[in-house]
Amino acid sequence: MRSTDHLRLAAGAITAHPARSILTVLGIMVGIAAVILLTAIGEGVRLYVLAEFTQFGTNLIAVFPGRNTTLGISGATISTIRPLSLDDATALERLDQVTAVVPVIQGNARIEYGKLGRRSMVLGVGAGVPEAWQMPVASGSFLPGDNPGTARTYAVLGDRMRKELFAGVNPLGKRIRVGGDRFRVIGVMAPKGQMLGFDLDDTVYLPVSRAMEIFNREGVMEIDILYESKARAAYVEQRVRELLIARHGSEDFSIVTQDQMLEVLDSIMNILTLGVAAIGSISLLVGAVGIITIMTITVTERTAEIGLLRALGARRRNILLLFLGEAVLLGGVGGIAGTGLALGIILLLQILVTGLPLEIAWNYVTTALLFSLVIGILSGIAPAIRAAALHPLEALRAE
Amino acid sequence: MISLRKISRHYQQGGQQLAALQDIDLEIGPGEYISIMGPSGSGKSTLLNQIALLDRPTSGTYLLHGRDVTGLPDDEQARIRRENMGFVFQFFHLIPRLSAAENIEIPLVLSGVDSVLRKQQVAKAMLSFGLQDRSTHRPDQLSGGECQRVAIARATIMHPGTLLADEPTGNLDQATGKQVIDLLEQLNRQGVTLIMVTHDPAIGERASRRVKIVDGRISSDA
Ligand SMILES: Nc1ncnc2c1ncn2[C@@H]1O[C@H](COP(=O)(O)OP(=O)(O)O)[C@@H](O)[C@H]1O
Ligand SMILES: [Mg+2]
Repeated sequence: MRSTDHLRLAAGAITAHPARSILTVLGIMVGIAAVILLTAIGEGVRLYVLAEFTQFGTNLIAVFPGRNTTLGISGATISTIRPLSLDDATALERLDQVTAVVPVIQGNARIEYGKLGRRSMVLGVGAGVPEAWQMPVASGSFLPGDNPGTARTYAVLGDRMRKELFAGVNPLGKRIRVGGDRFRVIGVMAPKGQMLGFDLDDTVYLPVSRAMEIFNREGVMEIDILYESKARAAYVEQRVRELLIARHGSEDFSIVTQDQMLEVLDSIMNILTLGVAAIGSISLLVGAVGIITIMTITVTERTAEIGLLRALGARRRNILLLFLGEAVLLGGVGGIAGTGLALGIILLLQILVTGLPLEIAWNYVTTALLFSLVIGILSGIAPAIRAAALHPLEALRAE
Repeated sequence: MISLRKISRHYQQGGQQLAALQDIDLEIGPGEYISIMGPSGSGKSTLLNQIALLDRPTSGTYLLHGRDVTGLPDDEQARIRRENMGFVFQFFHLIPRLSAAENIEIPLVLSGVDSVLRKQQVAKAMLSFGLQDRSTHRPDQLSGGECQRVAIARATIMHPGTLLADEPTGNLDQATGKQVIDLLEQLNRQGVTLIMVTHDPAIGERASRRVKIVDGRISSDA
């Protein structure tokens, strides 16, 4: 028997019961669509988060005060260790292959211009911000690289801050008050948007030494080190570590490289995608049960037909392939329809809602499609074996 | 040449042995016209199924053209059925979702004949059985007589040496039954061995050789 005839007969049997075949296909279709949609969301969120983290550039190493094993700042031992100082930052600047060093402290303060005022984030930073964080200045210039002790009282505004305080007015050269101290606006940043909940546009940038006075702090919260793109992260990290140990006497700080951060994030996000794929697979399982049910019913209904085919000289293998073919067709058609549905929905959403974190995970799409065929085989195998094992006489008598 | 040597077929039923066939010896030459008659439950169908290789004997030997086919594997027996035997059943056994032409085509499909050749042969068969304007009809759109003609066309499409018919008129009215018998006898005159099970003496008497079975044994053969 030819394989094209196997397929033709299987397809004919499926189309002979359009309603229930469509329902069965629908089960697989919904399952496949669910897997593709959910993994598209997972992949979209993954890429979104990674983009959020890399928007400040990738050749970045961050040093935090305090020794700890996980990411972030350790609060517990902060009093027993030496804070990271501006001198540390200056020393790091002299390191080989380091292109910019940005000491950072962050706080909240009231910002006033004339009668207008608002509470908002204040970032005390060094001159290297536009380069290290890849944030261009829209007008004026960024903070100059003054000596910490004699830093001029200049301020640079985030885009939103400019809009709120200087609607229709050129802010350059104007004087604002931050926590009671007076600063002169010398620049405005280009809009940057949100970063994990922080509105970087609703910010005032001050010289780090002035900000430390306002917030009454001894040390900085973080030092960001930008290194040459051709340098190796591990090498720079090692030099930073050696220098700071030499200055502090012990390793009372933590170094986080962008690579480490991305690696951890990426693996978390991949697990997330895998998790939603597993959730989607549950509906796929329901679809598989649908095929098993329909194939079992079909074999029972067509017992006489099986007996006839065997009497007319069909081999057991022919019967097996015939019913397996039906199950695989049901699964495959469901898979293709589900993929089409999911891709359609994704495209539609991308057109209708901009900025949605939705990214088609092609590896999951291919896996889902192959999986629909495998589901067809797995759900069809038991009923097909039962059909092939029928004795021709018993089957003939079934009418 | 069909030869059954001491063929017995026993069924196990509720701990009891039931001998549906006992020590059947039967030789059937090519081109013969044989009727198998006997009361209901006497073992007629059981005997026909043995000849058809649809069932295996409990004991005994079956020689087909001198070759022992008794213990052949399933697939080999299936091939013999496909190439050497045609079946006509009481209940037609047509596949309901397939058209008349597609039903007739099945043995050719199972043999792997290519579709162009298949279409030609089916068209020829439909013509010779007077079914040419029924080719796209499904079985539920055909009369009983037409259904049995389709079944006979299917049974002969592979040009088998032997036609096996189990009560072929059992489900037809007298006039239609007569037409079906005429058709089968016409095929026999063309050289096909015809073995027909019936409990209707009027039909059975027509055969040139009449085998009577009682309680699983041949009681007369003439
Ligand atoms: N599969 C079976 N299992 C048990 N007994 C059977 C089976 N098939 C036939 N028989 C018994 O064998 C005997 C002969 O049956 P059968 O050949 O069908 O009779 P008939 O002459 O009416 O065609 C009957 O007693 C029947 O009950
Ligand atoms: Mg019978």
